[in-house]
Amino acid sequence: MVQVKNITKSFGNGDNKTEVLKGISLTVEDGDFVVILGASGSGKSTLLNVMSGLEKPDGGEVLYDGRNIAGLSDAELTKFRKETVGFIFQQYYLLPHLNVEKNVKLGAELAGSRDYKKVLEAVGLGEKMHKYPHELSGGEQQRVSVARALAKNPKVLFLDEPTGALDEATGRMVLDYISSLQKEYHFTIVCVTHNLNIAEMADTVIRMNSGKIIETYTNKEQKTAYEIGW
Amino acid sequence: MVIGLKDGFKLFGIFIMCCCAVTVCALFLNYNKDLAGLNQETMDGMALAMYNAQVMTGKVVCAVSGGCLLATTVVLLFFYIRNYIHTHKKELGILKALGYSNFKIAGGFWVFGLSVFAGTAAGYGIALILMPDFYRIQNQEKILPDFSAQFHPLLALSLVVLPAMFFALLSVLYSLKKLKMPVLDLLKEKTTWKVRGRKERGEKGRKEGREKEQPFLKELQKSTLGASPVLVFFIGFAAFCYSAMMQMSASMEELASAFMGAMMMIIGVILACVSLFLAITAVINGNTKTIAMLRVFGYPAKACSSSILGGYRPAAYIGFAVGTVYQYMLLKIMVTAVFADVDIVPEYHFDFKALGIAFVSFVLLYELVMWRYAEKLKKVSLKEVMLES
Repeated sequence: MVQVKNITKSFGNGDNKTEVLKGISLTVEDGDFVVILGASGSGKSTLLNVMSGLEKPDGGEVLYDGRNIAGLSDAELTKFRKETVGFIFQQYYLLPHLNVEKNVKLGAELAGSRDYKKVLEAVGLGEKMHKYPHELSGGEQQRVSVARALAKNPKVLFLDEPTGALDEATGRMVLDYISSLQKEYHFTIVCVTHNLNIAEMADTVIRMNSGKIIETYTNKEQKTAYEIGW
Repeated sequence: MVIGLKDGFKLFGIFIMCCCAVTVCALFLNYNKDLAGLNQETMDGMALAMYNAQVMTGKVVCAVSGGCLLATTVVLLFFYIRNYIHTHKKELGILKALGYSNFKIAGGFWVFGLSVFAGTAAGYGIALILMPDFYRIQNQEKILPDFSAQFHPLLALSLVVLPAMFFALLSVLYSLKKLKMPVLDLLKEKTTWKVRGRKERGEKGRKEGREKEQPFLKELQKSTLGASPVLVFFIGFAAFCYSAMMQMSASMEELASAFMGAMMMIIGVILACVSLFLAITAVINGNTKTIAMLRVFGYPAKACSSSILGGYRPAAYIGFAVGTVYQYMLLKIMVTAVFADVDIVPEYHFDFKALGIAFVSFVLLYELVMWRYAEKLKKVSLKEVMLES
């Protein structure tokens, strides 16, 4: 379980100081698919960065099964990210000079996993494991980043606008892959987006505006993109 | 246009290379020209032998130092142009999309010759300042008749203006070749890595069951090296310069003069530091995202930096070894062949003490630089890298 308690975060100094997170609190249960919804500048990406240990909050606590990661040192945070979380970014961030197999191995080796090829098969890229990122379409590249994230067996998977760089059909397909893999691997998903269709697929939706949570609601059941008619 | 005049003066590495090359060549060639003006008929046997040896020395030093630095400058120029096109793909793509021809865009790359001009002019200026001392030391035994340094306009033109024109033309031609890619590839900043050779080898290896599974960081290290062989060359070259010039400077003190030794040491250290700085900066800049991604996934900072920087260590030590052999061969040839008839030149033996000092100082310098950059890598802001796209 991930608990966020009264998190605050600001950027800049003096007159230029902007309070991005204003006392955010939320709880994510194990195995949940949580979507954080909000317009650009609402603070959702900063919240994701703080929750995942990429950034330290100015105040408050981020608890993973009771352990506060907000006060960890850089080395401890590195270990935490290694053991606990996975990331999928809008821009994929694949390593251009490594082929698909080796990009996925980046994640797998951290978990001591040797069956990363199975994950590649699961995202439908078994045939393309020797291709390089520039030889793949946007959707395929995002599926590689999905495989890379899942190959390290994360307990919590963080997605930052995962379909932002994809066309609608490809984005839908990528999310369906993630959703079906969640059922198989039982990890928790925290996804930041402004796409309402993704929100319909989630168990829990948290809406943010100006650094605050303005609404939290749960869907009756998780659905695929196809089921919500996206 | 995308390329401005100030871009032309930014190529610090080229400036330094040209400056060093022209300083050395201007000193020796000017000396040779003035030497040629002496009346050989009035010289005795010893003076004639000295005369011939010094003429030959000038030719060898200019050919070896000038040639070596010229070739390195060409590689460096190509590296800069390729890097410039890579980082300005979008702007160049827009120009092409608007209808500018490759030739018109490439024409703007002549400004890269300005760095060469600045370097050669500075090098010639330094040579003019050093000339009186250089002439005095070259003839300190008073074997040759006294003569002073003269200004040779044609030599100045050949060493200052011609290289600048040559490199300006080379910049235009090379950029013309590099710009021959589809507009969309430039606009989309599509990265095409030269992976075919490795890929084919990899696939062949897999078919034959030869390819061994290696740890990820080891594979990353290999692919980082393979992605930019020119950086491997520059790190090796930095070590080569340091090794050769430091050891040669120690021998020169004995064979020629302290002035020659000091000049060689200064040139060697400058060339080594500039090459190392350029190469490491390019390695760091080219791999910041990779390092950030590794750290996001939980790889320790030390493992990240050693996987990126550690691969260059063998190139550095090989460069050092080649530099040692090179300086030994060069000095041996000079002393045994060129100065064979000159009695005052002592016999040359390999200087193990100089090797020891050069090696220890090189290891300290190299490892200190690597440690400093590894510390810098630790401070890479994950968030800032993620926000760039």
